[in-house]
Amino acid sequence: MEEALNFQVIIDNFTYFMIGRYPNGPLGGLGLTMYLAVISCILSFFGGLILGLLSLSRYAAIRHPVNLFINAVRGIPLLMVIFWMYFLLPALMGKTVPEATTVIMGLTIFTSAYMSQIVRAGIQGIPKGQTEAAVSTGLKHWQAMLYIVLPQGLRNMIPSFVNQFVSLIKDTSLAFIVGVSELTHVGTQINNRTMAFPTEIFIFIAAVYFVLCFAFTSFSRWLEGRLAWRKSI
Amino acid sequence: MLKYTFDWSIVTSGKYFEWLVSGLKVTLELSAVGIVCAFLLGLLIAVLKMSHYRPVRWIATAYLEFFRNTPLLVQIFFWYFGSYKVLPTAVNEWLNSTNFEFAAAAIALTIYTSAFIAEDIRSGILSIPKEQMEAARSAGFSYLRSMQYIILPQAVRITIPPLVNQFLNLAKNSSLAMSIGVMELTYQARQVESYTFKGFEAFTAATVVYLGLSVVITALMDLYNKKVLNPHRA
Repeated sequence: MEEALNFQVIIDNFTYFMIGRYPNGPLGGLGLTMYLAVISCILSFFGGLILGLLSLSRYAAIRHPVNLFINAVRGIPLLMVIFWMYFLLPALMGKTVPEATTVIMGLTIFTSAYMSQIVRAGIQGIPKGQTEAAVSTGLKHWQAMLYIVLPQGLRNMIPSFVNQFVSLIKDTSLAFIVGVSELTHVGTQINNRTMAFPTEIFIFIAAVYFVLCFAFTSFSRWLEGRLAWRKSI
Repeated sequence: MLKYTFDWSIVTSGKYFEWLVSGLKVTLELSAVGIVCAFLLGLLIAVLKMSHYRPVRWIATAYLEFFRNTPLLVQIFFWYFGSYKVLPTAVNEWLNSTNFEFAAAAIALTIYTSAFIAEDIRSGILSIPKEQMEAARSAGFSYLRSMQYIILPQAVRITIPPLVNQFLNLAKNSSLAMSIGVMELTYQARQVESYTFKGFEAFTAATVVYLGLSVVITALMDLYNKKVLNPHRA
């Protein structure tokens, strides 16, 4: 049946959507979504950097296993990675692990694999002559990479990193499945409690994600334009 | 470390093996239905996005931006839990008469993927130099015929690799359908785990299947790149 939409349920639960029970309880809702996304983004930046550099190593014994790992992670769904963490982390650490940590680890490993491809492309985009020049001035290969190639490459990678952050924000919604009360989970909770307003609730949640992600997507496009302009002069 | 004894036999034969196989079947069905519908919808959106009329272009842009910038899981929930209030009664009745979980997941996956495919198709068409169209037009072809005989045959060839990539993404994304109870591969792996407590074996089996799918399709695509896109190289 077509029914009129009633967004009163959003207004009534607005703070719960935004921050969960905080400050009287744990952080939830949009606040937790952002927390998960930011922490995972910082961790996977370094993860991606390390994997990307290792995947370009001159030693096949390093390069091949790293590439195998990257491709394996890219070949399976994020949900699978999160379930693996759900199993492996307690087994490896010998104690129970909080769900939020499980999700952060899953997101970090998954996103690191994708970030490593950005790092790789960024490094390969810097002309080989730069490394050769650096090496001929007496720098070691790793020094040339760290001080000459990477700083230039990183600047070109920024827009792709921002896009990856947008994917991360969207991917945090999967935390719902292991019971972390981020925005999507809060939405289903309120839906289960009120019963009558699923349409309103999920339209609202989609709109919140959209505003957030679209802002960052636009930022990344602006950066891309700026970088292109800089290169052209 | 916890003590754990492996028992691979549960996932290589018997009841649980059949569960996993039936899960794979649902995953493939969902992906196949999804990719066909998403391609058609994506093609339509790409054409709208290149229209000469600004309002039409604007609608296509809004569609692309909205569906690319919201999580797939939320879209699945919207179609599963919330769509009944905005869809016409006849559509609701038809959806309820089908396997509704599958239909909701298929609709969400189609729409989400179509937004990405539309951009792939558009950049495929835009990558054909403008002069080709101009040459075709001055040779006497109409706009549509130039598209049909000159532009599209070339554009399709370079759009196939990104489309195959989208198919792989779709197959992986279809795992989210488990959240509304579609019995696809990830769902079944979880079922096996909760019935047998053999999570390691169950998830290894599912992981191997997903990886196998990517490896086979990636290999086929490499072959395509070599034989069709760069036939004269090497």
